[in-house]
This record gives sequence, structure tokens and C-alpha cells, in this order.
Amino acid sequence: MSAVLFFIAAIGAITGAFGVVILRNPFYSVLALAFHLVSLAALFLLLRAEFVAAAQVIVYAGAVMVLYVFVVAYVGGGEQLESRGALRVLGPLFALVLAIELCIAMLGAGLKGVNSKGAPYAPGFGSPGSIGQLFLTKFLFPFEAASILLLVAAVGAVVLARRRRGLEPDEEFEREVSVPRPAWTGTMAEAGGLRLPVHAEERTVEGVPVATPGGDRPDQEGGW
Amino acid sequence: MNIGWYLVVSAIIFCIGAGGVLVRRNPLVILLCLELMLNAANLALVAFARMWGNEEGQVFALIVMVVAAAEVTVGLGLVVAIYRRRLPIDVDELNELQG
Repeated sequence: MSAVLFFIAAIGAITGAFGVVILRNPFYSVLALAFHLVSLAALFLLLRAEFVAAAQVIVYAGAVMVLYVFVVAYVGGGEQLESRGALRVLGPLFALVLAIELCIAMLGAGLKGVNSKGAPYAPGFGSPGSIGQLFLTKFLFPFEAASILLLVAAVGAVVLARRRRGLEPDEEFEREVSVPRPAWTGTMAEAGGLRLPVHAEERTVEGVPVATPGGDRPDQEGGW
Repeated sequence: MNIGWYLVVSAIIFCIGAGGVLVRRNPLVILLCLELMLNAANLALVAFARMWGNEEGQVFALIVMVVAAAEVTVGLGLVVAIYRRRLPIDVDELNELQG
């Protein structure tokens, strides 16, 4: 029974991995990776790693895949890009040679542990309780370091992906800002009388004066 | 099943990922292939944990998942930044660090 499940899950994982590489549309690649991750979670379950399997499905197939799907939807990227020249032949060849070599190394190793079904199963092996105990006792420092790493990565991603003035064409921003609106209805600066519209009398929409972005208010002294 | 079979599956997945990194040019797909390689390493770690009856390999696999999540976050942030600056999303074109 476990052999049947192993082969189903292994074939699923390898098929998903091939799908990631072969499919042209990045969106389908992401879906193939999700399939691969679920199959891999089944393999983890067969290896009695329940908590890792659950974390795999929730964190990877859930959160990370959603991130991918959003970025693929944002970027588009349906272009068909295939590597040019020598890498197109050498890349798969390198992968094939590496796979053959690793398989020979693993199957040919005369190690008893590799050719066994593993250590006898102890109840509670791989359960959330025992993993959590390890994390909070023996591996406390890596645990905390991982949390700091996640924080830094989140801040870094925001810094990288934010909108920067001057580095990129800014027409979207300007379109949003320059929509005509009646004067004295918008910004906090206007409410405070800090910025006075310079050309307020020139810009009107159907007779209503329109605020100029960054402009000043003529009839008030600055300050509160 | 013998532990060796899990290791073989792990090796095959790793090689598919490595070949994908070499063959594909879209950085999004290259990130996906990196995920494949990290997952193959995870499978090997969990298989070794099972072999020894020791949960430390599973802890290692969880930490690898955390690192992979951080890597994906930063990588996707870079892809979005590249897209914002109207640069081609193609690793063969993006071969210089400045501008």
C-alpha cells in the first residue's frame, strides 16, 4: 500500500516539476508547481513528517503560490522565452548527466541505512508537539533568526517594489493626482491653509474653481 | 519503501530544477525552478530524518522553507521593480547592475 502511494506521489511530483520547466505560460508553471508541492506533501506524509507536510501545503501551496499568482497576473509575462544558443542543448544535457550521476551515487551506495525502510517508527515522530519542542529548546536560535529573516525579507520586498519618483515613468501617478476636483475639498494641506493654489482662478470646471495640486490658497495667511 | 527511492526522487526533482534554471529565461520561472531545487533538498532532509528516526532533519526542512519564502519575497519584489521600470523581463537582457 505504501509502495503504491509512494509511486503515485513520486510520479505526481516529477510530473509537476517537468510541467514547471516545460510549460510556456508562467501561470501554468505556477499551477504545475502547486501540483508538485501537494504531491511532495504526500511524500512527506509517507515519511512520517506530518507537521512538515501540513506546513508545506499551507505555507507553500497556499501563501507562496498566491504571491506567485499575483505577481504573474501583475507582470503578465505570457511571452514565450526560450534560451538561445548553446544553453538550450547543454542545459538539459547537464541536468540529465547530473541526474544519472546522483542516481548511481544513491542506489549504488552500499550503505545499510539507505537501503532500509528507516528507523522503527516511534509514536509522536514528526508531530507538531515534538517539532515545536525542538524549536523552542534545541533550535531556539535558528527559530528566532528565521523570524528576523522573514521580517527583513518583508521589509526588503516592500522597499524593492515600491513606487519611486524619478526612476520610472510616472504617468499613472500624475493621472490620479491631476483629476479636476473642486477647490478646498481635498488635501489636508488645503485644510490647514499651508499651500495656496497659485492658479486657482485659471482652472475651473463648470465655473467651480479647481485646486491645483501643490498649489496655495490665496486668501489666507499661512499657518494655523 | 526503501529510503533510497525517496533520495532518487529528490535527485530527479533537483536535476529538473537545475535544468530549468539553465534553460528558461523568464525570472519568474527561474524562481519557480529554484523552489523545485529547494524542495528536492527538503525531501532528502526529511528522508534522512526518517532514516535516522531523528526529527532534527524535519526542523532543518522547516527552516529551509522559511528561507525559501524569504527568497521568493525578495525575488518577486525584484521582478515587480523590473516591470515598473519598463525593462524587459528576461534574464539574458538584464545583465548589468547599473540602470
